[in-house]
Amino acid sequence: MKVVGQAIPHESAREHVTGRALYTDDLLPRYPQALHAWPVQAPHAHARVLRLEPAPAHRVPGVVRVLTAADVPGLNDAGIKGDEPLFPCEVMYHGQAVAWVLAETEEAARLGAERVVVEYEPLPAILTLEEAIAQGSFQGATLQIRRGDLEQGFRASARVLSGALYLGGQEHFYLETQASLALLDETGHILVHSSTQHPSETQEVVAQVLGLPRNQVTVQCIRMGGGFGGKEVQASPYAAVAALGAYLTRRPVRVRLNRWQDIALTGKRHPFYARWKVGCSEEGRLLALQIELFSDGGWSLDLSEAVLARALCHIDNAYFIPHLEVTGRVCKTHKTSQTAFRGFGGPQGMVFIEEVLTQVAQTLGLPPEVVRERNFYGPSDSPETSTTHYGQPIKDVERIRLIWDELKSSAEFERRRREVALFNAQNPQRKRGLAITPVKFGISFNFTAYNQAGALVLVYQDGSVQVNHGGTEMGQGLYTKIQQIAAEALGVPLEAIRLMPTRTDKIPNTSATAASTGSDLNGAAVKEACEKIKARLAVVAAQRFGVNPADVVFEDGQVWSIWKPEERLAFAEVVRAAYAQRVQLFADGFYRTPGLHWDKARMRGKPFHYFAYGAAVSEVEVDGFTGQYTVRRVDILHDVGDSLSPLIDLGQVEGGFMQGLGWLTVEDLRWDAEGRLATRSASTYKLPSFSELPPVFNVRLLPRATETGVVYGSKAVGEPPLMLAISVREALRDAVAAFGAGGYVELASPATPEAVYWAIEKVRRGALVFGD
Amino acid sequence: MAEKVQIKVVVNGVEHHSEVEPRLLLVHYLRETLGLTGTHVGCDTSQCGACTVHLDGQAVKSCTLFAVQADGSSITTIEGLGSVDSLHPVQEGFWEMHGLQCGFCTPGMIMAAADLLNRNPQPSEEEIRHALEGNLCRCTGYHNIVRAVQYAANKMAGKVGVAADD
Ligand code: FES
Ligand code: FES
Repeated sequence: MKVVGQAIPHESAREHVTGRALYTDDLLPRYPQALHAWPVQAPHAHARVLRLEPAPAHRVPGVVRVLTAADVPGLNDAGIKGDEPLFPCEVMYHGQAVAWVLAETEEAARLGAERVVVEYEPLPAILTLEEAIAQGSFQGATLQIRRGDLEQGFRASARVLSGALYLGGQEHFYLETQASLALLDETGHILVHSSTQHPSETQEVVAQVLGLPRNQVTVQCIRMGGGFGGKEVQASPYAAVAALGAYLTRRPVRVRLNRWQDIALTGKRHPFYARWKVGCSEEGRLLALQIELFSDGGWSLDLSEAVLARALCHIDNAYFIPHLEVTGRVCKTHKTSQTAFRGFGGPQGMVFIEEVLTQVAQTLGLPPEVVRERNFYGPSDSPETSTTHYGQPIKDVERIRLIWDELKSSAEFERRRREVALFNAQNPQRKRGLAITPVKFGISFNFTAYNQAGALVLVYQDGSVQVNHGGTEMGQGLYTKIQQIAAEALGVPLEAIRLMPTRTDKIPNTSATAASTGSDLNGAAVKEACEKIKARLAVVAAQRFGVNPADVVFEDGQVWSIWKPEERLAFAEVVRAAYAQRVQLFADGFYRTPGLHWDKARMRGKPFHYFAYGAAVSEVEVDGFTGQYTVRRVDILHDVGDSLSPLIDLGQVEGGFMQGLGWLTVEDLRWDAEGRLATRSASTYKLPSFSELPPVFNVRLLPRATETGVVYGSKAVGEPPLMLAISVREALRDAVAAFGAGGYVELASPATPEAVYWAIEKVRRGALVFGD
Repeated sequence: MAEKVQIKVVVNGVEHHSEVEPRLLLVHYLRETLGLTGTHVGCDTSQCGACTVHLDGQAVKSCTLFAVQADGSSITTIEGLGSVDSLHPVQEGFWEMHGLQCGFCTPGMIMAAADLLNRNPQPSEEEIRHALEGNLCRCTGYHNIVRAVQYAANKMAGKVGVAADD
């Protein structure tokens, strides 16, 4: 029986449901000697540190040490771009840590931090995108992608429209906050347990801060209680503080942010602002689009350039735009350093183009889904219309339409369109809205070098197996998939495979588990390692059977030859025989995604190995008095290739959709005039809860969807489903439109009930003016 | 710091006598003093429910109670609900129906769901959602959690292994 493709539970499910699965901070009770760390946080969004006096902290019983810039033996920087001082002399955002206090208890550390005397000289702060744009406060390069000839496109257009939209950010709110525990291991070297999506970069930062070669530092990530991009680079500062503390005090040091600290200190999904001019035909075909994107990068560059690049690369979503110019800038503001978040700029780019299409449709008085369809890439025999604006051919372009048509029919879109219209005609104060939107999302890291992975597979004489790879588990099910891949490749049962925690001393120089590439890259590396071992074992078994090694079959822990299937050997028997013959029973595996190239300066090439597709239909109902709404029904059809693990993949689609729904509807980050984040906990920052779960939620994976050239024909699934939630935003707009008399409905994002209320007010006023 | 207080609690059937600081939260007592780290902390504002345990048979958020308030009580944590070899039906439901991803919310969800089924063995979908409203999950989108609880309800009603339909 094939192991890959089976719907099996999460690899650690038993441990999770019994409370035995450990997260980083769960290790604390094992180290009674551990010191606790607490940050000294600045009360200004922008200020110079004039004086920092740690001494008074020592009057608090239990305070052991105050960490400041003077204690750093290496480089005082917690990033890899040189712009993130771990102990800053210039405060760049409200709440930034300027020093850390170590103490015997968390409470003593907190009290100690209160005693540290810091004198600041407040400086003017830039807190909004508008201010940053007006003052020219930018960081990093200007990015631009062009296609065709804008002038020509606008000349040929029957209509030219302009618009602008501000998109709010999003807090990751991984349920497990940032956590690190550092200690000196049995050999006196630094070992850091860190809840990090990127152990190698965490190792790099720790080594840099301590001024040590990287081989002196080991970073381990057992698992994370969610990451979503928020632990890709932003785990490193806390690992560095813990490591520095352990290095100086020779005691274990634990850094665990509480929720307030986590939200105040760590970066979020980038807020964006876009303004555009679009030209189209009377049928709603896009002919020209000129669009400028501004992202709010916060105080340091972080991953902002890469996020922006992905936004630019997804400004097309599923649509062919013959004449296009998209330009992007990262704004520098005095806020947290915005960072990776599921979708990585792609969602923002896609929300903008969907906005443009709806604007075109509503202005022309056409159904938005018709305008969307008219603008799809394709057909496949037309190279020009099946190539993206950055020059990548879309090899399976017909999937966009296939999924669309299939979903429209299974979700009974046309019938429900009529029902919604009927409902709306009968209900003056409640309106329903229906929308379908597509997703096309590029898979691979935009930065080509990151598309590599390594693995180390060890087979023991009893036939049991340890698998090491560079990917981290954050709930996405990577370990489950890797376990299936290894079991399949070696022909052993799942139980024979043990997944080892991710450690930098097993696989070096790994990439972040990000960009949805975890199983594509690490899975392929693990598969290669397993196949090397199997090939060696096949030679041993072939001698026993007296056949050709190519005729030996490994399956479910048994080994036989195709010539005599009834004569079977146990996998462990073959392994023991191999050992006796001095055959190597472990192997490394390596994978690099083939065929990628990217000209960073011109922003052209083939940055993606392939595209993941999907579409969603959402139906909502809106109350005209309050703007309150419910999502009544959602239908999704999503392409994951041949699913490695259907339960895991369906879970990713559902969870990703709900997270996107949160971003676009209820999750509202607010900063006050001082630059302090006002929404610093779950009491003020609304997360999707059980009440947001649509009562009807039909999620299906596209059948017969083999993706050649990817491990077992699968496709990545982590990020793409998030963008299916754009259908909810568009359905809300559709409902709001029903309160008016036509025309473009402007809707803020997030589309909170309040925003929906104001949108209704606006269309009602419009209807009064123009309607009668 | 305030004087320590003597408490006696029965946790997962085992009696503990401890000296605790009066402001020690129950969740920290469980995690740090007793080493029962299956109970998690996900927020500081009693919103997320990751810390849910049973206190004298009722679900409580252990971050909203002091350890001293539990004096004389009997507590069940996720570690005491079932065992790896013999899972409680709710645990089995989460396992079978893929009601978890990162697993961080899972112990609290399970404890809250078990409490619901104690009070209402055959809840409707609506009732499940309502009862678990105080528990947040950032990963699953909740759909499979509802199904996991339905699975458990069916299992406890003797409809062994019957998966709830969507
Ligand atoms: S930790 Fe108790 S409710 Fe969040
Ligand atoms: S499974 Fe991650 S928070 Fe629920």
